[in-house]
Amino acid sequence: MGEFKVHRVRFFNYVPSGIRCVAYNNQSNRLAVSRTDGTVEIYNLSANYFQEKFFPGHESRATEALCWAKGQRLFSAGLNGEIIEYDLQALDIKYSMDAFGGPIWSMAASPSGSQLLVGCEDGSVKLFQINPDKIQFERNFDRQKSRILSLSWHPSGTHIAAGSIDYISVFDIKSGSAVHKMLVDRQYMGVSKRKCIIWGVAFLSDGTVISVDSAGKVQFWDSATGTLVKTHLVANADVQSIAVSDQEDSFVVGTAEGTVFHFQLVSVTSNSSEKQWVRTKPFQHHTHDVRTVAHSPTALISGGTDTHLVIRPLMEKVEVKNYDAALRKITFPHRRLISCSKKRQLLLFQFSHHLDLWRLGSTVATGKTSGKFLVPGKHGDTLPLSKDADHLLQLKTKGPENIICSCVSPCGSWIAYSTASRFFLRRLNYEHDNLSLHRVSKMPACLRSAVQIMFSEDSTKLFVASNQGSLHILRLLEGSFKHLHTFQAQSGTVESMCLLAVSPDGNWLAASGTSAGVHVYSVKRLKLHCTVPAYNFPVTALAIAPKTNNLVIAHSDQQIFEYSIPDKQYTEWSRAIQKQGFHHHWLQRDTPITHIGFHPKRPAHILLHDAYMFCIIDKSLPLPNDKTLLYNPLPPTNESDVIRRRTAHAFKISKKYKPLLFMDLLDEGTLVAVERPLDDIIAQLPPPIKKKKFGT
Amino acid sequence: MAALEEEFTLSAVPLGAGPDGLLGVEQCDKTDQFLITDGGRTVILYKVSDQKPLGSWSVKQGQVITCPAVCNFQTGEYIVVHDSKVLRLWTNEDVNLDKVFKATLSAEVYRIHSIPGTEPLVLFKEGAVRGLEALLAEPQQKIETVISDEEVIKWTKFFMVFRHPALIFITEKHGNYFAYVQKFNSSVLSKYTLLLGQEENFVIQSFTASLDRKFISLLSLSSDGCIYETLIPIHPSDPEKNQQPRVVRSLLLKTVVSGNARNALSVLDQDHVAVLGPPLPASKECLSIWNTKFQTLQVSKELPQGTSGQLWYYGEHLFMLHGKILTVIPYKCEMSSLAGALGKLKHGQDSGTQTMPHFVNWETSQGYGLESKNSEPSKRILRRRTIEPSVQPEVPASQQLLSIIKKDSEKHIEIELRKFLATKRTPDFHTVIGDIAIGLLERCKTEPSFYPRNSLMQLIQMHVLSYSLCPGLMEVALEKTDIQMLQLCLQQFPDIPEAVTCACLKMFLSDAVQDEKMEEQMGILQNGFNPEEDNCDNCDKELSKKPQKTVEETTSCPVIPKRAALLNAVLHSAYSESFLLPHLKDIPAQHITLFLQYLYFLYLKCNENATMTLPGIHPPTLNQIMDWICLLLDANFTVLVMIPEAKSLLLSLYKFVKSQICICSELNKIEVSFRELKKLNQEKNNRELYSIEVLELF
Repeated sequence: MGEFKVHRVRFFNYVPSGIRCVAYNNQSNRLAVSRTDGTVEIYNLSANYFQEKFFPGHESRATEALCWAKGQRLFSAGLNGEIIEYDLQALDIKYSMDAFGGPIWSMAASPSGSQLLVGCEDGSVKLFQINPDKIQFERNFDRQKSRILSLSWHPSGTHIAAGSIDYISVFDIKSGSAVHKMLVDRQYMGVSKRKCIIWGVAFLSDGTVISVDSAGKVQFWDSATGTLVKTHLVANADVQSIAVSDQEDSFVVGTAEGTVFHFQLVSVTSNSSEKQWVRTKPFQHHTHDVRTVAHSPTALISGGTDTHLVIRPLMEKVEVKNYDAALRKITFPHRRLISCSKKRQLLLFQFSHHLDLWRLGSTVATGKTSGKFLVPGKHGDTLPLSKDADHLLQLKTKGPENIICSCVSPCGSWIAYSTASRFFLRRLNYEHDNLSLHRVSKMPACLRSAVQIMFSEDSTKLFVASNQGSLHILRLLEGSFKHLHTFQAQSGTVESMCLLAVSPDGNWLAASGTSAGVHVYSVKRLKLHCTVPAYNFPVTALAIAPKTNNLVIAHSDQQIFEYSIPDKQYTEWSRAIQKQGFHHHWLQRDTPITHIGFHPKRPAHILLHDAYMFCIIDKSLPLPNDKTLLYNPLPPTNESDVIRRRTAHAFKISKKYKPLLFMDLLDEGTLVAVERPLDDIIAQLPPPIKKKKFGT
Repeated sequence: MAALEEEFTLSAVPLGAGPDGLLGVEQCDKTDQFLITDGGRTVILYKVSDQKPLGSWSVKQGQVITCPAVCNFQTGEYIVVHDSKVLRLWTNEDVNLDKVFKATLSAEVYRIHSIPGTEPLVLFKEGAVRGLEALLAEPQQKIETVISDEEVIKWTKFFMVFRHPALIFITEKHGNYFAYVQKFNSSVLSKYTLLLGQEENFVIQSFTASLDRKFISLLSLSSDGCIYETLIPIHPSDPEKNQQPRVVRSLLLKTVVSGNARNALSVLDQDHVAVLGPPLPASKECLSIWNTKFQTLQVSKELPQGTSGQLWYYGEHLFMLHGKILTVIPYKCEMSSLAGALGKLKHGQDSGTQTMPHFVNWETSQGYGLESKNSEPSKRILRRRTIEPSVQPEVPASQQLLSIIKKDSEKHIEIELRKFLATKRTPDFHTVIGDIAIGLLERCKTEPSFYPRNSLMQLIQMHVLSYSLCPGLMEVALEKTDIQMLQLCLQQFPDIPEAVTCACLKMFLSDAVQDEKMEEQMGILQNGFNPEEDNCDNCDKELSKKPQKTVEETTSCPVIPKRAALLNAVLHSAYSESFLLPHLKDIPAQHITLFLQYLYFLYLKCNENATMTLPGIHPPTLNQIMDWICLLLDANFTVLVMIPEAKSLLLSLYKFVKSQICICSELNKIEVSFRELKKLNQEKNNRELYSIEVLELF
């Protein structure tokens, strides 16, 4: 298969934002996740937990609440006092509306989905009617004396529970007045704290209100009498979140110590009808505050400051004990944050508010020849650096908006990036060691924002997928550009294209949205060439092979298709592998393939990677079946072993680099791998609550 | 609440060969014994609770017994009349009736009556009555004729009326009935004519009578199936009057039986009557109990093999011929009340069937006999063994064992229990074991002398018992100061309440343990006991420096090995602090001190090795020791501070705590240092942010 020099890059100083809210939608089996920087991500739990959509964050839009209403409509509210509805098709914000109650701390959609409640800083609870196109303010409830931090509807929609500071109010929806006010004990382990914050409430259909608070208590209240029924002290720190299953037979709470507790309604004795809530399982998958939890029918979902989204299946609810029953921990976005200029060996790192441009170093080590290539050492060697990597440039965005996407041209002379409202193009000039940056102004009016940006191989063309479903082609000239063409979205759809691929000869452009198939456009003739048939699972990566113009498509269920663009059909190899099926270990990987590349000299090779492995598929070799070993971590010990294993099967896998955010071929014998060790992320997080190990 | 219980047969030998069935069933001077006079030539003495005959006597071939044998309650002799005129008197010792005392009378005898408290009476067929003594003094005396020519005595009964005997007999002549009441204090014979009312043409089938203050309540069962009551005054208002007074009978119960068959009636008490006969013309014969006050059927029992139409009632037993077999049905009745009468049928079933097992078991009736305990246990076992497999194979072994537990000796129970435990385990094995334990405990409560220790131990060692399965077991053991059993319970039960644990602890610390030291030593050592003494010997050397004697004791084992083992059992038991604390306060301070000394000793032993564990099979863990020290101090600190003996102990504990705090703070410091080291290490790793490596894919 060959040896490579690998530039192992660990200086991508990326730290994901902490998770603030999760909202589970039972109808579509999708999960909305909001982060502290205002980003909202949509995960499709049916599609192997793939993050299929995202809405870029905004500095002033700290999301405090997230909920689904009226079926598939997603709302968020935050400390800027605005309620936002998202357009899940166009990947845009539909509208935002000020609730005029100061920062919004909580939001809840009514059981019917037709009404929305928000709890505000000024102590008001506001009721909004959800209309087909917008939401409309209906009325205020009796104002409370302090901020409303949590809200929950009674399943019948007649009452709500609102958690505030030191007390819980129960409101009657009709009258809008508080029926009960349940005072919460401030005592914390015998010590009176200053305040007791009700971080979460849940209203059950039998009238029980469950509250979680900053004193570490989970309390059960009888809303009819306004009395405390039961208290569970679960943590020495705050209990910050609660979520109840639809059947109301189990709920989950998350604590600031990183523990998630599962409570279940179980019979007091076997075969008795009397049931009580029992704390059944503790889970410690987080190191930091669990800010939010959700309860899907089969799993407990939690997220918090440590940035991991943890999906813990409930083993008793999982029918088939397959790989879906495994714990999922999602840390990194399922999209590329890194682009690479092969010619100049540049890496462009995308952060939320800035871009970093690095130049890779080099080594002068010369070694043995292996085949046609000169390879400077043997497997596992670290080569002496003759030149270290340089940080060439940091490009900061102006304004509060996060960067959506970015790209550096293969020649290294152009950088393009976009925020939600503006598209930027920069020209880089290299004069010896000096770098100068020029802004390309007067972007065309149609180019307001982009979801994906791609340069052609020769850096003469720029392809931009806008968030309205259209694709733009720009011709780049020395220091300026010319708008060539716009492919409008298919009639009737406004689905944004999240992924782009350009053929190395520049003739073909492939674009894929989240649900429809992959469209292939002819750049020469400026028209739609063909559409690859739609597949059940979303596309995670796209690439067009040189010379053959075969389009390689990776899906979230780990299937890979090869589609010949000129022939408008799947290739023989693709049919063969679909016929035989992928190795079961391949299908059981739990991170999607985020990048596909090709070897310029070896047309049979496909390079691809996910977060935990890098793989070269050699199409000339036989496919592995389930009996063969897909990946052998041990290096071969003798020569015959080497030969045997080299010819064994088509999938050559390396798991040396992880978590792997980016890997690509710079030239025939050189790879670049960008790793982001989890320890480095944790080191940059605020310290977790310290638990004394000795002498409690 | 009247209830018929499970019937049982007195003998397997068919009786009642004659056309009239049995002649009679009569009480004896001993309770539970009855004289049965067969229609032919035999008199049998039965012990009812044992279902076995005690004696049997027959008259010679050719002779016929004509009146049922009775017992003379004053002398204990038995009296029978054969061939109408020959009187025989005998006792239990006599074997042959031919050789016993014989008196031939001048007139034919109808009946001999004998009731406790008075001499037997002989009623002649002509209506004359004589006392037995007077008759025997002059057997051939002339007997006068009282009743008219064609009058026939139908029924007779002997009462005690205000300590004076009174005899009533009913005669019949051409369908007319007459009642004669003979009182012996005044030797007055009163004659009454029974007016039958409208139903003149019906034959009276059966009579029974009871005393009701001034009246004799005569009940009669007519062939129309109705029961009538006739009140006959005991003291005739106008004896001088020549004309016979008439008494009218009134309907009491309507159509209780079908009138065509041979029916029988017996008064049970003032409100209840037993009626034997088919309730409907076509149906089988039934024994029914009726409440006359509320006119309700109390309970009914079908007798499918038919009866002889005779019914006797004594004490709590109803006697009848069922088929050809003499059958006894125990009967119980409580004071009747309206509520009881109305709710009767349902309730009667519950109470009747639940308390009694559903099988013929001779132990069943034993509860009703009072003298049953004298019989030899060995015989019983033999007998029961023969009965069990043949009669009731389907009865669960546990049920049988439970009934054995109720009555038998400890030793027998033990044997049976061992047999039971050796059998295959059923799915509900643990509940059965629990039931057996509860059964044993219930008997313990009712009989203070009963304490089946070995059986209980056996049960506990089945490893299936828990405290909640047999609540009360440990309480009984505590009451009996059965330390070994308590130790076993503590080791086996997972759910002992804190109060009981504490009570055990209290006992273990008390002198009770010391007293039994000598005798129990052997047993305890066998019983998986965790000896501490081998440790005690070598630990003396370390503590010689302390001058006080008490401290010396804490470092050598402060308690004897036996007590140590018991205390270890307590240390192992589960508890919840908040429930245990209040009970710990009740333990005397001296005992607390002793226990603390022992715990401290254990702690020091723990410190002797690196793993902080104690030797032995199931030693208490360091955490258990520490928790108990904390608990004891929490509960009793104020008391302990005042006791001089505890002072040195508290001091050493204080020092120990202080050292622990030091250690912890040092550990925390080390932890911080380690964290810094880790950070440094990370920074070193971070320096390798960029490298160029060689990768070969295979």
